[in-house]
Amino acid sequence: MRKTTMMVALALMPVWSVMGGAAMAADITVSAAASLTNAFKEIGAAYEKDHPGDKVLFNFAASDPLVQQIAKGAPVDVFASADQDAMDKAESLKLLAAGTRKNFVANTLVLIVPANSRQAIKALGDLQQPAITRITLGNPASVPVGRYARGALEQAKLWTAVEPKAIYGTSVRQSLDYVARGEVDAGFVYATDAAVQKDKVTVVATIPTTTPVTYPIALIEKGPQVGAGRRFIAYVMAPGAQAVLAKYGFSRP
Amino acid sequence: MDSFFNEPAWIALRLSLKVACWATLLALVAGTGFGYLLARKRFFGRELLDAMLTLPMVMPPTVLGYYLLVLIGREGVVGAWLQHHFGINLIFTWQAAVIAAAVVAFPLVLKGARAAFETVDMQLEQAAMVLGVSPFGVFLRVTLPLAWRGVLGGTLLAFARSMGEFGATLMVAGSIPGKTQTLSIAVYEAVQAGQDDTANLLVIITSVVCVTVLVAANKLTPNRNPQR
Repeated sequence: MRKTTMMVALALMPVWSVMGGAAMAADITVSAAASLTNAFKEIGAAYEKDHPGDKVLFNFAASDPLVQQIAKGAPVDVFASADQDAMDKAESLKLLAAGTRKNFVANTLVLIVPANSRQAIKALGDLQQPAITRITLGNPASVPVGRYARGALEQAKLWTAVEPKAIYGTSVRQSLDYVARGEVDAGFVYATDAAVQKDKVTVVATIPTTTPVTYPIALIEKGPQVGAGRRFIAYVMAPGAQAVLAKYGFSRP
Repeated sequence: MDSFFNEPAWIALRLSLKVACWATLLALVAGTGFGYLLARKRFFGRELLDAMLTLPMVMPPTVLGYYLLVLIGREGVVGAWLQHHFGINLIFTWQAAVIAAAVVAFPLVLKGARAAFETVDMQLEQAAMVLGVSPFGVFLRVTLPLAWRGVLGGTLLAFARSMGEFGATLMVAGSIPGKTQTLSIAVYEAVQAGQDDTANLLVIITSVVCVTVLVAANKLTPNRNPQR
């Protein structure tokens, strides 16, 4: 019996060493705002090419749930948020490594309608029309694009008219999907999201926001790969990655 | 007290109960009908039909949600037809939540009902028939009274499952507070937003309701050891 145990242990040794070796090469976990999905996937692939051995694992969702996951102990190295609010929450929970928070990119809020829409929506005020019954935006409690949209609507004194028609998305990409499928009359997303589905949605207006749409990125203090996390943030700030972000429609902060 | 019961948590609970009741009713009618059909009638493809009808129970909720979205969405096959002919719009309504929950819960009634009907002695049914009772009368006065525990057990499980339905519901009914935001979706939203107090209250309510239903289901399911 003991002999068998020994043999199993011996047989498993190479497996252990391989697994240990894999953990040594840095697997960087990046939790990023859903609107960064397409650009970050491309940047991640480029980063892996330039840093053999490192692997970038992405976790895309709305910014606030990402903060909640990190706060509850998710092993994340880098956090990129779509607004300052979510990053402020992470900062107040003392999740960020001191001095690593930087704005790396900017975006714009747009009002979109399905490409085959027959409604006459040209500006924010048109959302008051009785024929417009469903307007999607991210849930302001947990999705930055919803906060930007609510802020803009409050500024325009339209929030009380729009709120009863609101269909809340769990991320900007869900709102985008609702509009692309024609399930709602209009929706608020970022210009970069609208560009991803440009055959299915039409941008009718660029909406001025009360706070600028800037994306902060930061290193997570308790992340398992602090060194590699720093490398990835530096890579995102560098011209190569910034060019990829610009290609997807993001602008300089 | 009045304001206490108008808290979002209670509104979500009321909505969940409403959705679950309607979904269970639909599941009960369809599940009993198909359960009887599968237990009593011999026809080609019987087991295949059983498997097809059980599918919603084992399929990922996202797959089911997608099917429903494609079917009853504004641009969907059934959805566009309903919109065009009756002006009915299902998506993002509580009725859509009922459909999602009913489809998921229906197999539980079906399984319980089929098993219960199969244990009913056919000689009793034949005796009633010989005495001149109509086939529907036989079902109502002989078969159902003998099988009711199995049917009811399945129905209670279906109710509990309807209360807990999340994935497909979120996809077709969305998350509109007070309109389509059921308990399970309210929990998800509260956790996403980091509102742990709200989440705690919601999960306690959900757990109490589900335990109550399950205890009732256990009491009513056929006793496997009658001598005890």
